[in-house]
Amino acid sequence: MNIVVLVKQVPDTYGERTLREDGRIDRERGTPALDEIDERALEVALRLRETAGGEVTVLTMGPPEAVVALRKALAMGADRAVHVCDEALAGSDALQTAAVLAAAVRATAAPGAATFDLVVAGNESTDGRTAAVPAMLAERLGLPQLTFLGSVAVDAGIVTGLRITPEGTTELCAALPAVISVTEGSAQPRFPNFKGIMSARSKPLTTLTLADLADHGLVEAEAGGANSWSLVCTVTARPARAGGTVISDDGTGGSRIAAFLAAANLI
Amino acid sequence: MGRILVLAEHNTGTLDTVTRELLAAAARLGEPAVVLLTGPGAGPALAGQLAGWGVTDVYLAESTYAGTRLTTPAVAALEAAVRLARAAGAEVSGVLIAGTIDGREVAARLCVRLTAGLISDAVDARLRDGVIVATVPVLGGAYTVEAVAKGLAVVTVRPHSIVADGIPGSVPDRDVPGGTVTAPIRLEIDAELERGRGAEIVAVHPRPASGIRPGLTEASVVVSGGRGLGSDEGFGLAGDLADLFGGAVGASRAAVEAGLCEPGLQVGQTGATVTPELYIALGISGAIQHRAGMQGAGTIIAVNKDADAPIFAVADFGVVGDVFTVVPQLIEAVVAHRAAAG
Repeated sequence: MNIVVLVKQVPDTYGERTLREDGRIDRERGTPALDEIDERALEVALRLRETAGGEVTVLTMGPPEAVVALRKALAMGADRAVHVCDEALAGSDALQTAAVLAAAVRATAAPGAATFDLVVAGNESTDGRTAAVPAMLAERLGLPQLTFLGSVAVDAGIVTGLRITPEGTTELCAALPAVISVTEGSAQPRFPNFKGIMSARSKPLTTLTLADLADHGLVEAEAGGANSWSLVCTVTARPARAGGTVISDDGTGGSRIAAFLAAANLI
Repeated sequence: MGRILVLAEHNTGTLDTVTRELLAAAARLGEPAVVLLTGPGAGPALAGQLAGWGVTDVYLAESTYAGTRLTTPAVAALEAAVRLARAAGAEVSGVLIAGTIDGREVAARLCVRLTAGLISDAVDARLRDGVIVATVPVLGGAYTVEAVAKGLAVVTVRPHSIVADGIPGSVPDRDVPGGTVTAPIRLEIDAELERGRGAEIVAVHPRPASGIRPGLTEASVVVSGGRGLGSDEGFGLAGDLADLFGGAVGASRAAVEAGLCEPGLQVGQTGATVTPELYIALGISGAIQHRAGMQGAGTIIAVNKDADAPIFAVADFGVVGDVFTVVPQLIEAVVAHRAAAG
């Protein structure tokens, strides 16, 4: 089974994250990291490969620095990596990103394989959090999407999974090929070991430009922020919160909180 | 003014309140019409409920696939309605969909079909110079952006965020007697759905109502526990305090990772973003990861034994002390205050 895993380099959620005036995330500031939800998606793919065989390809669209995220994924155990990297892609919205990824998925079928069987993504990135790309990609590829899965199984060409939402759980199934996305509870990602880190250096890492994807259904002239279908027109930072009163508990701490709440009409 | 299509949300034969919220937003943006997707035979009753709200235009798709395919039946219904409205000469300027997980994915697929701009997780939408401008909190609410779409705007709207006439989620009933409402316009979508593209829904297991506590993102009071509560029993303290206020229980990521509570309670950058009137943080250090999900709260109270915990920098009132002595005293004092107030 040939699996494509979508990964994204995002600002680490343990650091400060800032938005530029044009509404894009400031990727110069903050610590870049392979989005942790994507590590879980990769873990799910690696486990499926262990039982079903085949290859795992990690795919990202992003600036040159995003290669770091791909190297980590290779060190964790992915077989190949594909990096769609082109200055003209900067500022792409979800619709444009899904179009690029669809073309790249078509272009990245493993050597010798007719096509891919499964695309695995995280349910939502920790920066954008719109959860739009997996569904958009499925629509672009004309495939079913099985998203927000807490567990996944593939057997005899059928993928099944348990979708977890605040409303409850839903059992889903579809014939391959399909697009799935997984939640935080899906799998605990492995740490890259020394052997993995060493072998990652010799694994194939392909860089594709927009021109390379033109044969796979992508229209170059529609790429990038200037052509995006959704635009940010104003950005307002929330004013910093000023700290209030902090006391040390002298045996009356609980009562003092109650008095504060009473004065604010919150009891 | 353009047409604004609203995808009706309904459950077990009743329209969800979010449908009213979407209609309230739609009425400010153009001429609202509702797209209703139901199983066979269930359409007229729900259309009747919509008529009772004063909705005069309904597109109805009844399909056997409504409950058996994920996402694609609603996408097909919306696409058919947009095309039908356009064929009748209307300009469709917006589609409003509830910002639930299901709704977000319907919006995503619809945008690809119609080549429309997606605006996700709006908390407000207004018409400015004839253009739909949506207000969207991003990065856990650290920023608010205004977003527009080129051409048709497909907007998912966060439930409970639209305020109409000062009452969240209320739409004034328009004075339209049921008799004047036009019959729903029927949409045929089955032929397209037979061609596939939708995952099959094998079984649905609704989450049982979790006692009396409200949902984390809806509650006006949230009491969150951190690793400082130490154990399952310790975590129960957060529940005791939450119940006193009729509030919800939240947690820091550290508490979730320590197994003190279920992952669904997590507040923060990788969990829920909450904006209650009152937020009480117990034994939470307040890493950026957590603060990003709660610093939009009206009033923040923190109790932590570490005086240097960053949570105190955002707290309106903080107590450096042991949660296991401070919180029981707080509970006692609140009960006494209420008794005294009669």
